[in-house]
Amino acid sequence: MNLFRTTLAACAAIIIGTAAIPAAQAAGGGTKPPEYPWSFDGPFGTFDRAQLQRGYKVFREVCSACHAMGLVRFRNLSQKGGPEFTEAQVRALAADFKIMDGPNEQGEMFERPGRPSDAFPKPFPNEQAARAANGGAYPPDMSVLAKARNYERGFPLFLFDILTQYQEGGPDYIKAVMTGYEDPPAGTTLQPGQNWNKYMPGNIIAMPNVLNDGQIEYPKGPDGKPSAPETAKQYAADVTAFLVWAAEPHMEQRKRIGFQVIVFLTLFAGLLYFTKKRIWSRLPEHAPGTH
Amino acid sequence: MSGPSTYVPKWGIAKWMDARLPLPRMVYDSFIAYPVPRNLNYFWTFGGILMLMLVSQIITGVVLAMHYTPHSTLAFNSVESIMRDVEYGWLIRYMHSTGASFFFIAVYIHIFRGLYYGSYKAPREVLWILGCIIFLLMMATAFMGYVLPWGQMSFWGATVITNLFSAIPLVGETIVTFLWGGYSVDNPTLTRFFSLHFLLPFMIFGVVILHVWALHVTGQNNPTGVEVKAVQKDTVPFTPYATIKDAFAMICFFVVFSYFIFYMPNYLGHADNYVQANPAVTPPHIVPEWYFLPFYAILRAVPDKLGGVMLMGAAVVILAFLPWLDTSKVKSMRYRPLARQCFWAFAVTCVVLGWLGSRPAEQPYVLLSQIFSALYFAYFLIALPLLGLFETPNKLPGSIAESVLSKIKGGSAAAVGAAAASEPNTKG
Ligand code: HEC
Ligand code: HEM
Repeated sequence: MNLFRTTLAACAAIIIGTAAIPAAQAAGGGTKPPEYPWSFDGPFGTFDRAQLQRGYKVFREVCSACHAMGLVRFRNLSQKGGPEFTEAQVRALAADFKIMDGPNEQGEMFERPGRPSDAFPKPFPNEQAARAANGGAYPPDMSVLAKARNYERGFPLFLFDILTQYQEGGPDYIKAVMTGYEDPPAGTTLQPGQNWNKYMPGNIIAMPNVLNDGQIEYPKGPDGKPSAPETAKQYAADVTAFLVWAAEPHMEQRKRIGFQVIVFLTLFAGLLYFTKKRIWSRLPEHAPGTH
Repeated sequence: MSGPSTYVPKWGIAKWMDARLPLPRMVYDSFIAYPVPRNLNYFWTFGGILMLMLVSQIITGVVLAMHYTPHSTLAFNSVESIMRDVEYGWLIRYMHSTGASFFFIAVYIHIFRGLYYGSYKAPREVLWILGCIIFLLMMATAFMGYVLPWGQMSFWGATVITNLFSAIPLVGETIVTFLWGGYSVDNPTLTRFFSLHFLLPFMIFGVVILHVWALHVTGQNNPTGVEVKAVQKDTVPFTPYATIKDAFAMICFFVVFSYFIFYMPNYLGHADNYVQANPAVTPPHIVPEWYFLPFYAILRAVPDKLGGVMLMGAAVVILAFLPWLDTSKVKSMRYRPLARQCFWAFAVTCVVLGWLGSRPAEQPYVLLSQIFSALYFAYFLIALPLLGLFETPNKLPGSIAESVLSKIKGGSAAAVGAAAASEPNTKG
């Protein structure tokens, strides 16, 4: 096996040697975000209802001024596995908005209060309007944003991720970007409308820092104190959790059914294994290495 | 292998049918009485697993097609609405998208099984070539399927790959315009890809039938590579022996498959494909799905576009010539000490090429891609043709039954000696 061992060793050396290169390049483009302990991590992870409700509040009061979330409907907010607002709360949340509907029997468009079946209204009528209001940059739709962002894990981490089920690259990145605003390094001049962000690839982002301590009021607990710290960090975590739910509204159901399916299939495989052993043992000269 | 049929219809209706269209006889002969070598290991269960994956892709695909809208402005959101609003739509879609990856995992194991045990050699050349055709069709199907959700990678992957055809002299540009249905990847491209993506799996199904037919004519190869000599001693009937073993392997495969569907459905995909296609924004790295990466690395190893395309095509097509490139009469690598090392070096080469395919096209990756592409072809064009002439193979067992029996004896004699007993060192 000498030839094989030599090739293997050579390949390992090459991979380890060059694996350092992308890490070094990435450092120039955006730092790797830290891993945050999300409630929805891992095989039994679920959303924290209170966190999703707070996240909705942050989205509603801050992000929705610029970002659309066109695929989510108000009624989704009361569905199982989500923020689970009550239906009355959802009707009230929807009625906060004026929705353009029509045409009516006279052929005219009209405004009416929102209903649970309505999609979240968009802040701008079209992409051009959104760009015009944001100095030429387009705030992306947030419906699937948490799945649409990731960062490179690199070798060998990407292999371990299969076992640890790490798949929160999107939320870790978004949370990091929201709190990653910094002064640009000396010698870098930014154009008007550009901001420096430690985690954004290329470091230059058109979105300004929008989360500041104390900016959003959280619901008060019985002791009169807010139910969660009113800090930029907490806002970022909460709104990111909300974005993950928006992108993957059936995540809880998926993980729950997955556990049942895997337990069932494993037991089934066990039964089949013993049946198979039994059947093969009927062969007179049953050979050990052959099953 | 198929030999004279041993089917005896029991009931009147079966006799009546047997005299008109002997379908029950065919099923009986192919899936019940069909003799399989008794020494097959679990690598031989992947054919059945592939069959199951094909059926699974077709069923989930047909359901997806009921809800999917093939239009450039609607496709992305229609896939998302499958995920959100269709009952268990997320399950169907994740089964289909993860299923494509697992289809390829299974097919790569199946192909490497054939490479290791020399299953491509006489009399199984036609069987092997049919397999190569299935592989090619699978690649075309998966490529076009990946375009359907109309994300950024869908769009830019389609642009890069269809553009390759423009390298063909004289007719290249015309072919590309024809593929696109216009002057860029756009709605006509999407609709024709959808139509073909729906069609090709059924063509695969047809070739699979031929593949299984050819298999049942020559019979299966086995880990010793020694052909069946006495059906009584060397084989067991397909049912119950192979059926139960295949069923066990399929369920094990589905445990791993389920782990990905339910726990990491997007691990094998690319985040950029959740951004709707935008012809005005090129993603920083355009990377194909993992199963194409080794071929993508070979494509980019050549600085010249036409050369790259030809080399990549050759990397796939060369598989079909393997029966004639490998000059050794001995099938199984078990008895070919040098070829076995080359095989493992080749397997590692493929993995390294896959990794290189995921890197940006810059140094040192380009140079490494060139070295490893050379190693890839060296296996087919240097190692296998020459080794058959110079290598001294180890002694082959006289028959399948003999190898099975020697294994039992070796196993009971001494645990340490077992490996040695199954691979005798005597040169032959
Ligand atoms: C003042 C308008 C505005 C508000 C308010 C706003 N954004 Fe943005 N956002 C933008 C713009 C513009 C971009 C595009 C940035 C670019 O392309 O450089 C953007 C981009 C982003 C991105 C994508 C960054 C990337 O990787 O491309 C994320 C994530 C994001 N916003 C999250 C949020 C969240 C969460 C909130 C609410 C807390 C929010 N934004 C509020 C304007 C806004
Ligand atoms: C050989 C078997 C098949 C393979 C390898 C395959 C592969 C793929 C792939 C890779 C995708 C993209 C998945 C994604 O990123 O979302 C896809 C999508 C799709 N496929 Fe298939 N497919 C197969 C069979 C079929 C069949 C038989 C049908 C229908 C008759 C079908 C219908 C669809 C549809 C509608 C989509 C778009 C929806 C989506 O993106 O999830 N597929 N396929």
